Amino acid sequence: MSNNIPGDLKYTKSHEWVRQVQPNGAIEIGITDHAQSALGDLVFVEVPDVGRTLKAGEACAVVESVKAASDVYSPLAGKVIAINDVLASKPELLNEDPYGAGWLFRLETGASANAAALMSASAYETFLAEESK
Amino acid sequence: MGLKTPLYDTHVQQGAKIVDFGGWDMPLHYGSQIEEHHAVRRDAGMFDVSHMCIVDLSGGRVREFLRFLLANDVGRLKSFGKALYSCMLLPSGGVIDDLIVYYMSETWYRMVVNAGTRDKDLAWIHKHAIDFDVTVAPRKDLAMIAVQGPNARRKTAALLPPPQQAAVLELKPFFGAPFGSWFVARTGYTGEDGFEIMIPAAEAADAWGRLLQQGVKPAGLGARDTLRLEAGMNLYGNDMDENFHPLESGLSWTVAFEPKDRDFIGREALERAQRETGRELVGLLLEDRGVLRSHQKVLSAGATTAGLSGEVTSGTFSPTLNRSIALARVPKTSQPAVQVDIRGKLHAARIVKPPFVRHGKALIDTD
Repeated sequence: MSNNIPGDLKYTKSHEWVRQVQPNGAIEIGITDHAQSALGDLVFVEVPDVGRTLKAGEACAVVESVKAASDVYSPLAGKVIAINDVLASKPELLNEDPYGAGWLFRLETGASANAAALMSASAYETFLAEESK
Repeated sequence: MGLKTPLYDTHVQQGAKIVDFGGWDMPLHYGSQIEEHHAVRRDAGMFDVSHMCIVDLSGGRVREFLRFLLANDVGRLKSFGKALYSCMLLPSGGVIDDLIVYYMSETWYRMVVNAGTRDKDLAWIHKHAIDFDVTVAPRKDLAMIAVQGPNARRKTAALLPPPQQAAVLELKPFFGAPFGSWFVARTGYTGEDGFEIMIPAAEAADAWGRLLQQGVKPAGLGARDTLRLEAGMNLYGNDMDENFHPLESGLSWTVAFEPKDRDFIGREALERAQRETGRELVGLLLEDRGVLRSHQKVLSAGATTAGLSGEVTSGTFSPTLNRSIALARVPKTSQPAVQVDIRGKLHAARIVKPPFVRHGKALIDTD
């Protein structure tokens, strides 16, 4: 099982990662290496529309592998400010580069966004180890 | 812990992702399901199908027995080694299982049935075999490897001693024959040329390793499913089961109504069903992006949810067509343009005639 967990990102229990892209609260979101590996070859990605307002934990994107469809949940509350258009024609980027070219969307988070609820890399690693027991 | 085939350890060594399949621990893929799919379409891949149940039927009245048990007619088999695809039906016409039966000798037929239906199949066969003095012998001592793809036959032949190589390459489609300890049949479940090899369990890992040396790529159940769906082949439990008869499951061609005086289990129900309009199994091509999945609802074009008409029975992403395809059960009166409800949104799809892909070539116009 593939299990790369970059130390500079935050994580959720539903296997999304969060990258702080601007100090003012813009974040980038994707699915983890563990998630893409568990899903298998990705063949379809549906991302939220730009401008949509999301609640923390809201199902907002779908990633489908040859095997099954999976929801992606917004790690924090915020407004969608950018989406990764390339995934429409190249969903395999999620498999090949889950933390880079395979990013899903960017959110502008409000002051109410509770980033403290997210896990650190080491906490996510522990969580995965527990989950696989 | 599930049941394991004689090749289980080999799969684990080769990095397979193992999943439960009808109680069996089977390889889903060995890294990339899509690469395995393409290997079969373009070169050669191999599947461990040892979970399937091989059962030998023998006795003086075995032919008579099978002509009663099966919806297709083993009376059509004229030469030894010839295979026949058939459904085994309930009196209601519902499908107990689909299977392949080989004509081995006057007093011996070999049947291959699905893994997930093994117990109920054997119980059903035993129950009726008694009346015909037929002996039913499941062959747990045999493993089975399917080698499929345009180069599959050549690469498999290379494993045999030279005198047998020419003979195995001369096997006609849907024929099998013994080669040493193997029984090799030119059959498969992918829409490609190839062999299915029945082999003593103790020899399976060695044969797998030698096929690997010939450049045959291990492929898992994931690729097996996308390949069979592209080939327009049914999967028992998805596309038909005991609640549906063959005529509404795309399997009319497997029911031998002629000769009229052959009585077989389910015949009466099917003759009634023939007179009804009913439903049929069709192919679907999704016009939009997205992936068709089993149980999604199929509506006629322009209809709302009130106009529910059919259901996807198997759906997937087709690696060859780069589009989503499906089998669906719809009313026979359906127009080609339909809509499919994918997570609450309606997407345009088109009814097409399977197979979608055969011998590496797309047969459906995706434009």
